[in-house]
Amino acid sequence: MINTPVDTKDTEFPISRQPTHSELVARGVTLPIAAGLSSRAAAPPSIGSASPEVVSVSLTVNGTLHALMLDTRTTILDLLREHLDLTGTKKGCDQGQCGACTVLIDGRRVNSCLTFAVMYDGAQITTIEGLATKGTLHPLQQAFIDHDAFQCGYCTPGQICSAVGLISEGRAKTADDIRELMSGNLCRCGAYGNILAAIAQAMRRA
Amino acid sequence: MISFHYARASCVGEALQEVAGDANAKFIAGGTNLIDLMKMDVERPTKVIDITRLPLKRVERTPGGGLRIGALVRNTDLAYHPLVEQRYPVLADAIMAGASQQLRNMASTGGNLLQRTRCAYFYDIATPCNKREPGSGCSAIEGQNRMHAILGGSEACIATHPSDMCVALAMLDAKVHVGSASGDRVIAFADFHRLPGDTPQRDTHLNAGEIITAVELPPKGFATNYTYLKIRDRLSYAFALVSVAVGLELDGDTIKEGRFALGGVAHKPWRDPQAEAVLRGQPAHAATFARAAGVVLRDARGYAHNTFKIDLARRCIVRALTQAACGTPQSQSAKKIV
Ligand SMILES: Cc1cc2nc3c(=O)[nH]c(=O)nc-3n(C[C@H](O)[C@H](O)[C@H](O)COP(=O)(O)OP(=O)(O)OC[C@H]3O[C@@H](n4cnc5c(N)ncnc54)[C@H](O)[C@@H]3O)c2cc1C
Ligand code: SF4
Ligand code: FES
Ligand code: FES
Repeated sequence: MINTPVDTKDTEFPISRQPTHSELVARGVTLPIAAGLSSRAAAPPSIGSASPEVVSVSLTVNGTLHALMLDTRTTILDLLREHLDLTGTKKGCDQGQCGACTVLIDGRRVNSCLTFAVMYDGAQITTIEGLATKGTLHPLQQAFIDHDAFQCGYCTPGQICSAVGLISEGRAKTADDIRELMSGNLCRCGAYGNILAAIAQAMRRA
Repeated sequence: MISFHYARASCVGEALQEVAGDANAKFIAGGTNLIDLMKMDVERPTKVIDITRLPLKRVERTPGGGLRIGALVRNTDLAYHPLVEQRYPVLADAIMAGASQQLRNMASTGGNLLQRTRCAYFYDIATPCNKREPGSGCSAIEGQNRMHAILGGSEACIATHPSDMCVALAMLDAKVHVGSASGDRVIAFADFHRLPGDTPQRDTHLNAGEIITAVELPPKGFATNYTYLKIRDRLSYAFALVSVAVGLELDGDTIKEGRFALGGVAHKPWRDPQAEAVLRGQPAHAATFARAAGVVLRDARGYAHNTFKIDLARRCIVRALTQAACGTPQSQSAKKIV
């Protein structure tokens, strides 16, 4: 794993307080504010940032179809959090290094921070918000509670979505397999022991 | 990230048309390396060509008894493919040793070959780096170089190629199928990646306007005596300090053919015919393996923080060859060292 010495702060400004943005939203268009796009001082002037490229994208998220106009740079992670208000999916590193942003796309677990939404036009996305059915928790959600498989909870949505993927892959047979195949989800609180127990329980009952 | 125009190709011809003559265009497959580098402003394409819908997603037998892997086959699908698991287990293991399941679910075969170095200075646009900005200097040679090359480096760059999959492909003598507007060609794996020399900005011999269409495996898969041993700072989800892919063909205790490739030590997966010649016809014992390790590392050179890799590589080679000879390959799950 690399630790790049560069700051990895989100380069998109929070956009909800910009009046122009709400006007656009009213028309169903969501754009990042162009001026916020090259905030890193050392970066050479960004050639294209003055005129964001906007494309139409349709995606089904947790069973609901969304048709959106998006900047081509929008990741599925930012789409979920900033455009659809589904903030259960977390941004940890934004670089594929932590797994906090794990969601299921067409049934496979992926890092949503490393996806351009436009590439997934037509896809089915499931996030942590889409796992429970009619007030009943998903077996993995219940197992995480039963085993106290979190402390701060920041990594938990990613852990649970990742574990849903793990179980449907059907490859994990032993505790070592679970550890290895869950290694893409870091937990800074170190709740690994209980996470393992929770997943093993859900696997036994699956 | 700068803004970019998005184009979607539905066939190879369309992808080639989109890329033709546009030096600022980039293909995107899994996106796991390109998007990361675009966020860091290291890659600044003004046009991104989505090739994920190209019909290059199959793993097929070749008439010659080998396997042809489409450039868009995902890393997980390749590692779990029955023919790969049975006939080329060293490839399956190398893939499973890399990244995480989420990343392998996205990453493509072609993209894995073309992933760029993880040198921290390459990622940091505030520092000089000849690979990112030719002529600006190399920050690693006198800087933090623990992860860097001990073989084949140059005054201009000592970066390593980070792929695990490519180490196995190099050992297996894979071939890379490439398409372009001017026709198709096939590149032997050993000639695909290059050494940095004084043009470290070029990682491979792929030319502008070319697209990888497939990777071909020859029939020989070394499914009985093989291993992929990867040593890293933690047991999973970390890049290799040193890795070794081994394939042995034994006749009793005697090595008929022995191959090994090293990862994490050079600008490309490292194979050395001279070192492999040392194995041929010799008993499959630690003494033979140590001699081969001595040959492959004869010109190894360490820098301030990575000299340990020379000794580590020596021990990894002996251990990996021993694992392969005993038929007890490294477990990518339990990691137990035999
Ligand atoms: C946190 C993290 C940890 C990782 N750990 C490991 C590890 O331990 N071991 C390891 O081996 N890898 C590791 N990886 C790297 C991962 O394997 C690569 O990012 C992945 O294989 C790249 O494939 P992709 O399809 O996503 O490529 P993309 O990001 O889509 O593309 C990469 C490059 O290839 C070009 N390209 C893609 N396909 C083609 C084609 N068919 N023809 C021509 N050009 C093409 C693109 O233009 C781009 O320049 C890690 C990555 C991350 C983010
Ligand atoms: S080792 Fe290569 S990639 Fe790293 S700083 Fe030097 S030139 Fe750049
Ligand atoms: S936010 Fe860390 S992997 Fe995506
Ligand atoms: S519970 Fe805090 S990071 Fe995992």
